[in-house]
Amino acid sequence: MSTESLESEVHVHTASPELPRLGMNIQSILWVDNVSVSFEGFKALTNLTLQLDPGELRCIIGPNGAGKTTMMDVITGKTRPDTGRVYMFGQELDITEQSEAEIARLGIGRKFQRPTVFENLTVFENLELALKTNKSVWSSLVARLSSEQSDRISEALKTINLTAREHTQAGLLAHGQKQWLEIGMLLVQDPKVLLVDEPVAGMTHREMDRTAELLQQLAGDHTVVVVEHDMDFVRSIAKRVTVLHEGRVLAEGTMDEVQDDARVIEVYLGSEAAKANEEKKAAC
Amino acid sequence: MLGLKSFHTPRQWAMFAAAGCTMLALPLLNQVAPGLVPDRMVPLVGKFLCFALLALAMDLVWGYTGVLSLGHAVFFALGGYAMGMYLMRAIGNEGVYRSELPDFMVFLDWKELPWYWRGFDNFAFAMSMALIVPALLALIFGFFAFRSRIKGVYFSIITQALTYALMLLMFRNETGFGGNNGMTDFKRLLGFSIADQGTKRGLYIATVIALLGSYLLCRYIVTSKLGRVLLALRDAENRVMFSGYEPLGYKLFVWTTSAALCGLAGALYVPQVGIINPSELAPANSIEIAIWVAVGGRATLVGGAFGALIVNGTKSWLTAAYPELWLYALGTIFIAVTLFLPQGIVGLFARKAKADPPQPEPEIIEALTADEKVPSQA
Repeated sequence: MSTESLESEVHVHTASPELPRLGMNIQSILWVDNVSVSFEGFKALTNLTLQLDPGELRCIIGPNGAGKTTMMDVITGKTRPDTGRVYMFGQELDITEQSEAEIARLGIGRKFQRPTVFENLTVFENLELALKTNKSVWSSLVARLSSEQSDRISEALKTINLTAREHTQAGLLAHGQKQWLEIGMLLVQDPKVLLVDEPVAGMTHREMDRTAELLQQLAGDHTVVVVEHDMDFVRSIAKRVTVLHEGRVLAEGTMDEVQDDARVIEVYLGSEAAKANEEKKAAC
Repeated sequence: MLGLKSFHTPRQWAMFAAAGCTMLALPLLNQVAPGLVPDRMVPLVGKFLCFALLALAMDLVWGYTGVLSLGHAVFFALGGYAMGMYLMRAIGNEGVYRSELPDFMVFLDWKELPWYWRGFDNFAFAMSMALIVPALLALIFGFFAFRSRIKGVYFSIITQALTYALMLLMFRNETGFGGNNGMTDFKRLLGFSIADQGTKRGLYIATVIALLGSYLLCRYIVTSKLGRVLLALRDAENRVMFSGYEPLGYKLFVWTTSAALCGLAGALYVPQVGIINPSELAPANSIEIAIWVAVGGRATLVGGAFGALIVNGTKSWLTAAYPELWLYALGTIFIAVTLFLPQGIVGLFARKAKADPPQPEPEIIEALTADEKVPSQA
């Protein structure tokens, strides 16, 4: 995507008051700056740097143990980095030391790999809890839903196609529906950045297509980061792809660019395959 | 409100009123027909109602928030001790030693009242301490436990240790709470003679009012949005955090409220049974509270209270009729409920109410069959 088109999109969609005015240079919405994390000697992340533009849809791929989940944990405050910082809105806001709940309120939403919804509450109540509002103890004790808030919930129900299930206990939903409900919960939370961990794991093809549609619809209004193993799915939605390997960024670019990258092929298929690929190219 | 649990449906209000009337009928019957309801029944059932209040408080933290406390007797006993201190002071100089000091202090050759006994001759002060002291201890203990994200069985074990530690502390004479013997031989409460049947009826009625009021408070909490956050914490704490809620504040709120309710129960319990001593802090007592709630049904409020009445009623009868059988019976009840009634006794009624299992809706069936037609690709 060209810079101009991205910028124009940004202006249309992210006119929220918290966001500093965007000038000629696009300010990154989320900036993971040189972050390292190690667990008892094992280096999960090594000097990882990642910048996300407002409204972009980024896919993050990498073999097992590449550090994808650790990266998400660092961004959402679950894991504290040993070195490095995490910023929002350029360098406006340092979220490195904030609590999970604080970061969530600042506008980073996270979807877990296994659908995590409140099984004993109805679909409606799940969305009610996720809704962006004052989340202090006292406010919750006296909270009453305003009609505007109900409208936002109804809208989200429509987006995730669960209007008919409004009063169903979330625990009774099908697997794919739970995934959508969780995405819906993120939507009403109105995050700036949506981190989505393996959204199509365990989904049927039909559900996968619908999910791809949904994520593309969300990008633009929100910055969407998708961590995914399923290559077909990544290809179907990705504009920019970041490949992680052993806690570092191995490659970044369009899907075609990273697929042709020798290092990526080596990591994914082994050096033999990389050589074969080179030969094939030379033969062409 | 659309889609959300209401405070009480008219039917629930009717049941609430009926339960209140039934409970209040007991002292009335005792007065007009003592042959039907003997005098000893009033403080006995009054004691059970204190346990019901205790179970209500337990359900709030265990049933709704998923925090299993095995130390709730701590808060109950602290409330009881606060009331005991008032009752000791109210004896005045009518004790065995005819001293202004409580008998056990004279016995220990203490010359003056320890500083922490000051003010307890005032009923209002003592009653507020019965609520504030347990709440404060809960707040401090809870702050460190919840901030360190101690959960599940680890939390339960620490609360058991808490009740055991307090029991050992209270056993000591130099702590100044009557040691092994505790406090007893109470004479009067607010000028009324403790031994008087009228006072006993009054205490019973006060217990009923406290129980009903506490129930309404708990019901308000669990039907509010806060109550749904508590359930959510129980089921998926991570999702709650990543939705922007700080679990610490929510857990502290419900934990502290629960402790204050336990203190209230303890304060009502002591004048009705006439004694408070460290045996109330025995670890097994706290475990029994959890059994009442499990038997009655978790996360129902009514269930816990109901369970407390049933288990204690059975206990009262069995320990008189077949004393050696009681612990076996308690164990059997607990195992049977765990195996056959995971939702407790109240769950049995709820299940009957909606006997028809929910049918899969056409959309799901359609989706399922549609997926089968799509050949799966590797």
